[in-house]
Amino acid sequence: MSLTRQDVEKIAHLARLSITEQQMPAYVTSLSNIVDFVAELSSIDTGQVLPMAHPLEGQSQRLRADEVSEADQHVKYQVNAPEVQAGLYVVPRVIE
Amino acid sequence: MHDLSIGDLLSRLAKGEVSSVELTQHFLSRIERLNPGLNAVITLTGPQALQDAAVADRRRVAGERTPLLGIPLIHKDIFCTDGVRTSCGSRMLDNFIAPYDATVVARLKSAGAIMLGKANMDEFAMGSSNETSFYGPVKNPWDTTRVPGGSSGGSAAAVAARLAPFATGTDTGGSIRQPAALTGVTGVKPTYGRVSRYGLIAFASSLDQAGVFARSAADAALVLREIAGFDVRDSTSVDVPVPDYSASLSTPLKGLKIGLLKEFFTGLEPRNEMLIQDALKIYRSLGATTVDVSLPSLPLSVPVYYVVAPAECSSNLSRFDGVRFGYRCEQPKDLMDLYKRSRGEGFGTEVKRRIMTGTYVLCAGYFDAYYLKAQKIRRLITDEFLAAFAQVDLLVGPTTPTPAFPIGAKVDDPLTMYLNDIYTIGANLAGLPALSLPCGYVDQLPMGLQLVGPHFAEARLLNAAHQFQQVTDWHRHVAHGYE
Repeated sequence: MSLTRQDVEKIAHLARLSITEQQMPAYVTSLSNIVDFVAELSSIDTGQVLPMAHPLEGQSQRLRADEVSEADQHVKYQVNAPEVQAGLYVVPRVIE
Repeated sequence: MHDLSIGDLLSRLAKGEVSSVELTQHFLSRIERLNPGLNAVITLTGPQALQDAAVADRRRVAGERTPLLGIPLIHKDIFCTDGVRTSCGSRMLDNFIAPYDATVVARLKSAGAIMLGKANMDEFAMGSSNETSFYGPVKNPWDTTRVPGGSSGGSAAAVAARLAPFATGTDTGGSIRQPAALTGVTGVKPTYGRVSRYGLIAFASSLDQAGVFARSAADAALVLREIAGFDVRDSTSVDVPVPDYSASLSTPLKGLKIGLLKEFFTGLEPRNEMLIQDALKIYRSLGATTVDVSLPSLPLSVPVYYVVAPAECSSNLSRFDGVRFGYRCEQPKDLMDLYKRSRGEGFGTEVKRRIMTGTYVLCAGYFDAYYLKAQKIRRLITDEFLAAFAQVDLLVGPTTPTPAFPIGAKVDDPLTMYLNDIYTIGANLAGLPALSLPCGYVDQLPMGLQLVGPHFAEARLLNAAHQFQQVTDWHRHVAHGYE
């Protein structure tokens, strides 16, 4: 196993995912297998090749004028929120 | 009526031989009758569809002629549809009513097309079998004990079962072409940036591209023309004019240079290879020539993909936090618990696996070894493709290594599942357009022929596919029980 249970617990924490006791062993195995599988890449000589972030290179990032382009529709958008009060999203208390 | 091409349906509508309401009603009743056995459609918008069809009929009488006026379709449930649930196949978005239309949805609406409903899919488009959907697997119309492929399995099965004349899909590593191949339909993944990604729930933003499932290249050409084109709302949308894809369908193939990728044929199952060789004979008889080409880095495309795609997914899916939309766990004890349990309970097994893979490869200390390395090899693969296209007009090979496999066969083994996309991922990494069309059977199950072209060569791919479909009838075959 290239990843330990502690590794997977740490990754799950960084990704903000709760993983149940029951699911944990299968994740340790499958994530280890995936990491081993992609490790093949490290043996490839990439010399001076530059990383490619975008499939259509030579395109420059488009900018738009700094103008208001969207109307305020927060009431419509907040219909999908689990909990809203006075137009604000409600979460458990963070500051005592 | 359900077996007519979009072109034929349009001409019947124009002559008044059928109305859009009748057409819509016909497909809605097919869905009601046949979908329970397939699980291809997860949201039906029947009443709205009939209303829209009535409007289309009135517009037609008033002399209006938009390109797809009155033609029904099904959208993959990854496209936001204003006022209609958009679940992305996930418990996370089971209660999400999209507040706006994706550009693809808006363009098809303004072309006059009628949405019948939303298609099942692998959760967040992560899967090659449609088994990761929160709503259960989709069944393949050719054998309902088998998968239809994925992630756009519902769209593929719906078109194969004649539940709609066409459907939309998305392709990040093969999610249009692979299910098209396994269900015997024609599926087109356009060039990256050709079709707007606005309103398409993001999986891997440098790879995602929207496209079409149809029964023929000619039908796909009509639809692609409507959805392609520049969109100011998508920052990677490309401002290149959209040609009339239908106009070039009948261009003769004499002189077309087809490249045969050595890496596509190495280790290919003999019966699969025979189908590809038969297809190549047809292309030669149509005047094309074939040459061998090699992309030595192509076999690395699967490991490159399984670094790049999970990395982008882990970033994109961080927006699902249980706060602004989507699933929230019961009684969170603090904010961290709210995040972790909402995400842990809202996402399925495979989605969590990909988020964790992505989180791992982006970790401090591993970023250079995995992510940057993969991006460098991505460039090697892309450069090899571009060098090949300096010699040939298009590349031809298989779409999938095998026909549709039984439901449950690969579900516990993610790596075996990932290798289904071995022939399709390269086009996504390089942003190339590609198409799958039916080319015969292995074990009485449909197989696909894949065409890959240089950037923005969709017209050439559709032309080559259409010419093949003029002299073959694989694309006209219908699974038993769905005639």
